Amino acid sequence: MKRIYMDNNATTAVRSEVLEAMLPFYKEQFGNPSSIHWAGQAVSGAVDSARGQVAQLINCQPEEIIFTSCGSEGNALAIKGSAEFLRSKGNHIITTAVEHPAVLNSCKYLEKQGFEVTVLAVDSEGMIDLAELEAAICEQTILISAMWGNNETGTLFPVAEIGAIARKHKVRFHTDAVQAVGRVPVDVQAAGVDMLTISGHKFGAPKGVGALYVRKGMGLTPLFHGGHQERNRRAGTHNVPGIVGLGVACELAITDLAEQDGRIRALRDRLEQGILSRIPEVQVNGHRLQRLPNTLNISFAYIEGEAILLFLDMKGVAASSGSACMSDSFGQSHVIGAMGVDPMMANSNIRFGLGLDNTEEDVDFILEILPEIIQKLRDMSPFYSERAAS
Amino acid sequence: MYSDKVIDHFTNPRNVGVIIDADGVGEKVSASCGDRMKVFLKVVDGVIEDLKFQTYGCGAAIASSSMMSELVIGKTLDEALALTNDAVAEALDGLPDPKLHCSNLAADALHDAIKNYKEEGA
Ligand code: FES
Repeated sequence: MKRIYMDNNATTAVRSEVLEAMLPFYKEQFGNPSSIHWAGQAVSGAVDSARGQVAQLINCQPEEIIFTSCGSEGNALAIKGSAEFLRSKGNHIITTAVEHPAVLNSCKYLEKQGFEVTVLAVDSEGMIDLAELEAAICEQTILISAMWGNNETGTLFPVAEIGAIARKHKVRFHTDAVQAVGRVPVDVQAAGVDMLTISGHKFGAPKGVGALYVRKGMGLTPLFHGGHQERNRRAGTHNVPGIVGLGVACELAITDLAEQDGRIRALRDRLEQGILSRIPEVQVNGHRLQRLPNTLNISFAYIEGEAILLFLDMKGVAASSGSACMSDSFGQSHVIGAMGVDPMMANSNIRFGLGLDNTEEDVDFILEILPEIIQKLRDMSPFYSERAAS
Repeated sequence: MYSDKVIDHFTNPRNVGVIIDADGVGEKVSASCGDRMKVFLKVVDGVIEDLKFQTYGCGAAIASSSMMSELVIGKTLDEALALTNDAVAEALDGLPDPKLHCSNLAADALHDAIKNYKEEGA
């Protein structure tokens, strides 16, 4: 059976170049970069150069990069670390309803610690209102955390505009750019971002490594204490192979951006157009224009998402769904819910996250099998026959 | 995550459809996930002679509906009333824990249809 992987927003395969670069750091160059002897020093140079590669991708200084274990850690460090550090200045945080749980749950935790959190609503395309954002800022506001690109719908927030507002009011601005880095150009200077979260496995580095950009001069209370790695901001032995891999992935991402914006976007659009023209009563979720080039989130009326995913899986196609019946999470996707999508449409959304390995044949195969899957499920659905009868 | 039986019933569900002049019609909407099942009965001499269903739901909901239909066609109404959610899940060789509630949909919709049949005073 042909296998098609279209869940690249969940995770990506490690790029061959990345793996190649990592391998020596498991066996020959295994030293601890914090050690002063030859074995450690051979390795610390590699960590430094990875720091430079990450910095180059997002246009910052290497010393502004903190290596982390993943996007969730980066988000938690940025939010909890800032809140604790800035506590004497204020206790108000602004975020949005469609953030990743790593952000929302960090904010919820802080609420229990006495912080006030404003959660901005989004419109039907998953977009926030900048006027609303600005109006939410008060004397007590210490932090705005708003994502760059949404993991479920791909909607891109106007990060530079948010950055300008944050600067105007002298409020720290963090963005979770886990889905954006490697897919769209990310420049922390141009966007006026103070902190930015990166996760390696979303763009060809392995799982278990990420980075947090923290603008020079921004204080941060560490999440955990120990050694003084990462300038006392993140204790713990460096995941050297992962960090080296992340560096290479960042370097590759600089050249991949053109492909993401060209070939991958074209494939995504071909899939979207193909579905819209072959299957009636579907709805694309997310912003039509301001959207990650690789992401398509689409709903099919009268049926439910998990059932669609199962049939796709049987044909070898891996996609994902934020629907109520997901294997391990119940309740509607909070992102789709916040967009006010009709519950039946919300229950049937499928996310295709395209990646560098996808081809035109992959798209065409999905377009060939999907109409039949949808019809089969619709033929079973009481909503479908009732709508046909009315 | 699903047993072979679940996948079999999901892929080839038995007894999907509508009985136009049904003797009893039942329906159940799951409070936890919004999934919905409709059951149509043909009853002859207190025996379920035919049953058809329509399901809007996950793989487990569709498989549970199909399994439920196989378990009760040819059975008396009393036997059908005794069918439990657990029995449906068991007949499917089990469901993953978070999916156990999906079998509720099938048993409850069936019981609702029997109730409707009895109320119609057939
Ligand atoms: S999750 Fe809704 S019935 Fe299975």
